[in-house]
Amino acid sequence: MNPAPPLLSVRKLRVSFRDEHGHGAEAVKGISFDIPAGKTVALVGESGSGKSVTAMAITRLLPEHGCHIDPGSEILFDGRNLLTASRRELRCLRGGDIAMVFQEPMSSLNPVFSVGEQIIETLMLHTGVGRKAAQQRALALLQEVGLPAPERKMRSYPHQLSGGQQQRVMIAMAIACEPKLLIADEPTTALDVTIQQQILQLLTTLQQKHGMAVLFISHDLELVGQFADEVVVMHHGSIHEHAPVQQIFEAPQDAYTKALLRCRPHLDRRPARLPVIRDFLGDSCHFEPPQRERGYQAEDRVILEVQDLCVDYHSRHGWFGRHSQRAVDGVSFRLMRGRTLGIVGESGSGKSTLGLALMRLQQASAGRVLFEGEDMLTLTPRQLRAYKRRIQIVFQNPYASLNPRCSVAQILTEPMLLHGIGCDAEERLQLAGDWLEHVGLPRKALAKYPHEFSGGQRQRIAIARCLTMHPEILICDESVSALDVSVQAQVLNLLQSLQDELGLSYLFISHDLAVVKHLSDQVLVMQQGRCVELADADTLYAAPQHPYTRQLLDAIPQGWPHCIRSRPA
Amino acid sequence: MPHSASPPPAAPHPHNSLTRIGWRRLRRDRVGFAALCIVGAYLLLALAAWSGLLASHWQDEVAHPYAPPTLFAGTAPHHLELSAADIDAADRRATSAAAQDGSGATGLSADEDPLAADLAAAEQQSAQYRGAEQARADSLPLGADQRGRDVLQKLLQGSATSLQVGIAGALLALAIGTVLGALSGYFGGLLDDALMWGYSVFTSVPDMLLLLAFAAVSGRGIGTVVLVMAFTSWTGTFRLMRAEFIKHKGRDYVRAADAIGAGHGRRMFHHILPNVGHLLLVQFSMLTVALIKYEAILSFLGFGVGVTQVSWGAMLAEAPAELLQGYWWQMLAVTLCMSLLVTAFSLLADSLRDALDPKVK
Repeated sequence: MNPAPPLLSVRKLRVSFRDEHGHGAEAVKGISFDIPAGKTVALVGESGSGKSVTAMAITRLLPEHGCHIDPGSEILFDGRNLLTASRRELRCLRGGDIAMVFQEPMSSLNPVFSVGEQIIETLMLHTGVGRKAAQQRALALLQEVGLPAPERKMRSYPHQLSGGQQQRVMIAMAIACEPKLLIADEPTTALDVTIQQQILQLLTTLQQKHGMAVLFISHDLELVGQFADEVVVMHHGSIHEHAPVQQIFEAPQDAYTKALLRCRPHLDRRPARLPVIRDFLGDSCHFEPPQRERGYQAEDRVILEVQDLCVDYHSRHGWFGRHSQRAVDGVSFRLMRGRTLGIVGESGSGKSTLGLALMRLQQASAGRVLFEGEDMLTLTPRQLRAYKRRIQIVFQNPYASLNPRCSVAQILTEPMLLHGIGCDAEERLQLAGDWLEHVGLPRKALAKYPHEFSGGQRQRIAIARCLTMHPEILICDESVSALDVSVQAQVLNLLQSLQDELGLSYLFISHDLAVVKHLSDQVLVMQQGRCVELADADTLYAAPQHPYTRQLLDAIPQGWPHCIRSRPA
Repeated sequence: MPHSASPPPAAPHPHNSLTRIGWRRLRRDRVGFAALCIVGAYLLLALAAWSGLLASHWQDEVAHPYAPPTLFAGTAPHHLELSAADIDAADRRATSAAAQDGSGATGLSADEDPLAADLAAAEQQSAQYRGAEQARADSLPLGADQRGRDVLQKLLQGSATSLQVGIAGALLALAIGTVLGALSGYFGGLLDDALMWGYSVFTSVPDMLLLLAFAAVSGRGIGTVVLVMAFTSWTGTFRLMRAEFIKHKGRDYVRAADAIGAGHGRRMFHHILPNVGHLLLVQFSMLTVALIKYEAILSFLGFGVGVTQVSWGAMLAEAPAELLQGYWWQMLAVTLCMSLLVTAFSLLADSLRDALDPKVK
């Protein structure tokens, strides 16, 4: 270890935002940390912890209006204070010595220019080379980030590339000028697990090759555990723990760090109830709840049987032509009463379409869906109404699935009104309040509107809406994927306790294998519309049969010490 | 069906619905709120005029023709008013002059004229009525028109007509556009194709031509003008609503409504419509502005409201002849009045768009 000064040091950074009423809210509360040259520092925290604001402050990308950086703050990069640097200096630094990779590659790339053009522009701006040389260099860069057929990709437009390829292009642009510091803000969150692993591999290789320092921002502690040198854990704008990665995982000092590590479902254990942050922050000492056994039992009764279900998407082609694409291709499974069937797959595998087709929200083209022996797909709309009540769905994004113009009371009483549950408005309101308390929200929340709740609370409202109809099957379509780990644990616990109490059967659709293992009795793995493996959860995870399943399992981030690169001892 | 869930008794104070937040934001926007006040004042005045509380006697000839505005009484161009007596006197002077020449127009002296007795009787009769005629004012606050009617009263009555036409036309156009756009966007397929063809035909004809064609085949009057304008201006709303419904029908909250068993009508008008309502409000204020201007043009060209009614367009139609003689007050009053309202309405539309956009939170 050399005692050289750190590449970047953040000193007492304090950032506050002012809303339209003039009320200030402190997003970052005086944090200090260093990034040594050539090292990877991970900034970990949940949404609202101030990690992205910190990154924006370093690159001075925070909006001028409504945002206030405390004058006592300092961000030293190579001895220069970035907070007082002139616009000219900043322009040279950004994209030159400091580069950034964002979460959404699609929205970070300019859709009207070809990929090659955008890299060439960066190069010509910062290195002052000629067009010809820039072209050569761009090609080399695309090759370096592992884009297949780089000559052709140079001329492609962003929409012609997949999400993973777009992110590779972003990385190519970021490393184009050999930056000393690369800031990666949740660069893999929008990607599938297998792609995520590839991108991380790439980042690690590039970092070692070019000797860059990397500031990696993520909500996922397990993920950064695989390759970070140091981890900074942030919560509510302040640093809770800052330590080398090994210490974070093996001997975490802070209660919040411990909580973050424990509340995420893990492949090796399956507690009856997931620990939540509160368990760790309180005085009471946390003890591990008993493990839960999973798997279909011989005496289980079938509630839903799906046989050879196919779903096609049609698109018009010219005047009369029709183009169809098979999204779900001959999937069969059985769901037992009171059990959970997990469906995993990457984006585009058809798992969400499958869920929609079961509810007849999407027209199936072949196959049968037997709900206690009755084929749901052949029912007339009138007959279907009775079944609709019994099978319900909770969507992924709680921000989109609640009508923003309706109060919670309206949202919860509407299904009862439509299905004739409760005899008058008063009784329905009473019932709605009961369900709200059931999912862990106060009764007075009835008068509020969806935008007044956090993501986890909204998902509880969406669950309550389903419960008002006394469903027997609940389809959870990525229902916890958009939530922070701590909130995810709470919602998973809620789903579990509802199943125990009401005997609900779940169809749990997710891309997160750890979450699926935690909740499911049986797991179905989908790839490109087909079912590639269907087995009891424990069997499938212990001995995956299909290579695709193995690939998925290998891609799960498991934190320290499952690191993806060799570390100096 | 109206929703049965009233605010629950547990709530001590009302919570922030998006509408209420939008209203609060509009009130903070000084320009927008001022515009809203101006529009509100116009509406009140128009309502009063329409119900007969104000300016109900606008047709009375209360002043001398082209009596100037009070402020400019001294500087107005001098007007020569000819009454019957003046003409008579001039006539008589001419007659006597002719008689002196010995070669009069008729060549007859008064004694020989066989109609002299009748003329004298008629003269006497008209003198009777001349006495009953009320005194006419020399000047009025905003002046008088050709027949001596009060411009201020005409203006108030005209505002009522113009606003009535603008608002009723905008509402009707909005209703047509929304219903067709909703059906087209929500159901798609053949229905969408058919409606889009209809839409394309309508938009391929120049607006003004269509307006004039409709106006020419139907009679004059406020009702006709409203219908004509609604039929020609629903297309913008149709396009907007169609696009919005296509966008919203795939949203999760609409899917969720489908999942809980809500029918098509309920999904369209209970779930989606309130979420695009803010666009309709903006569209409404823009349409009203456009239709008020269209009405002015139609009436100016003589296809507008009937002769017994007055509107801003009808008043402007009198302006060219008056301006030639230097009587500017009627035109100025209408122009100022109309531009104030149109500007206020446009500013309001802008502010509404900012205030009600659910994205800016």
